[in-house]
Amino acid sequence: MSRDIYDIAIIGAGPAGMAAAIEADRRGASVVLLDEQPRPGGQIYRNVGIATPRQREVLGQDYAKGDALVTALERSGAKHLSDITVWQITGTGRIAYSRKNQAEQLEARQVIVATGATERPVPLPGWTLPGVLTAGAAQILMKSGGLVAEDAVLVGSGPLLYLIAAQMVAAGSPPKAMIETQTGSDLQAAMKHLGGALRGWRYLAKGLSLIAQLKRAGVRRYTGAGDIKVLGSDRAEAVSFTWKGRELRIETDTVLLHQGVVPNTQITRSLQLDHRYEEDQRCFVPVTDTFGLSSSPIVSVAGDGAGIGGAAVAALSGQLAALGALHRLDLITNETFETSSAPILETRAKELAVRPFLDRAYPPSQQTLKPVDTTIICRCEEVTAGDIRRYAALGCKGPNQAKAFGRSGMGPCQGRYCGLTVTEILSAENGISQQETGALRIRSPIKPVTLGELAAYQEEEHA
Amino acid sequence: MFTPLETASGRQVTFNFDGREFTAQEGTPLAAALLGAGVSEFRSTPVSASPRGPFCMMGACFDCLVQIDDVTVQACMTPVRDGLVVKRIPRPDVSAEPHDSAPQGSENSREALRA
Ligand code: FES
Repeated sequence: MSRDIYDIAIIGAGPAGMAAAIEADRRGASVVLLDEQPRPGGQIYRNVGIATPRQREVLGQDYAKGDALVTALERSGAKHLSDITVWQITGTGRIAYSRKNQAEQLEARQVIVATGATERPVPLPGWTLPGVLTAGAAQILMKSGGLVAEDAVLVGSGPLLYLIAAQMVAAGSPPKAMIETQTGSDLQAAMKHLGGALRGWRYLAKGLSLIAQLKRAGVRRYTGAGDIKVLGSDRAEAVSFTWKGRELRIETDTVLLHQGVVPNTQITRSLQLDHRYEEDQRCFVPVTDTFGLSSSPIVSVAGDGAGIGGAAVAALSGQLAALGALHRLDLITNETFETSSAPILETRAKELAVRPFLDRAYPPSQQTLKPVDTTIICRCEEVTAGDIRRYAALGCKGPNQAKAFGRSGMGPCQGRYCGLTVTEILSAENGISQQETGALRIRSPIKPVTLGELAAYQEEEHA
Repeated sequence: MFTPLETASGRQVTFNFDGREFTAQEGTPLAAALLGAGVSEFRSTPVSASPRGPFCMMGACFDCLVQIDDVTVQACMTPVRDGLVVKRIPRPDVSAEPHDSAPQGSENSREALRA
């Protein structure tokens, strides 16, 4: 059976994947770019190619920056496969995927995983109620649903929360309130990294201007809030929390949660690449070198999936991963590799300078890292934090074992929204580091497939 | 609640969810179309029959599951087409099935999903 063979296959058409595809194509490699969405952009630049003037006005300049990449990608010779569900990648570069319910596969000499980030789990009482979404989801609705949340309450912390709030203000629908979890001592801890923040002053200035916009719009902010609960029986009705020693309650049917984003490591874990627990960002990241090369000689990771850096860093990392892959394939000379990568490495270092400050100023809240016993942490199988603590008492050491104890991580989301919490709880209970506690193992299919698709795939295998 | 950013300019189509007719712009993610129409509860969970709706809007949480042509799909990853008939996933009889027997059931339902 013949199968398409490419020099470089890239998974994910966000800034990292698009930049990698453009770079690799322009230097003569045969490139295929596989993506889940109908249009390139990833979540950050989602739908930018067809955004209306109104959407552009609301979403702002940083969103419009996606235009250049999307246009360059469309002009390039890279083959872009959209509406794709990748469900298996092997260590030899074979990629199995479905498109329009049809199972297909291809092969690549080098693979660049650019699957970006997902929202960090925000396990709070009531976070499973209808009407509770991630803040990122609300932003996606502006980009691809043409919708804005009305009278919503934003809960959590991080720069993205301010951006989304400001976009809601621009849309004429300011949030009813922002319940923020970062504290004064977080800011104090961050101050040690002010030097870096000043080198990345553009980000800092932007953050301060967003906060000023919210103030002008009269958005009420409650910083240092704790004991946050979403209340309601069949859907969200209110949020309660403590603030400056007082108990407060705000009525709302829409609650938007955010505690920063974490690398989406489903594919890198399914490939059994080495990962390490990143203390500063409190998440697992694949182990990579400067060019994103993982513990496999044919797999690189670019963008937020390799560690959170944001869109600008992601695009630069995508270029670097492409240069690394081209070099390994002998498609560029040593000299080209070195002269082309040097300026990109320098720019990336500047863009990353603000990170240590941000990581410390907006850490995940203690309430979500150590949820109270009754809080559901696995949304799919409705396993609570208390359940995980009981497994620990019974000798459960890691998240893979926890799955056997009580099914956390066994539902359709495959631990995307509970894995990190399970690791944090077990680590705290057992007094073992997060690194040693480990992450959930991911087996293919990475995304659920229908039996029909599997059958078709197997037939093809044996043909 | 979610409200439109502007008057829709694209082609409007009708679809059906749980026996009710809705209109939306063609190609809009089904989950967005329903949220925009004020529907935030899409299904109830197999474990405790608790109500659920879209959470991530990016294909990661699987809380937006609905059925189209008897296949379970993610509503946030499914574009609206004219005449689409969408059903709620049949409510499981929680009392009849002890939780111990869940593993088999859940594994099957996972295979029947289409991302
Ligand atoms: S809303 Fe999360 S998968 Fe659809």
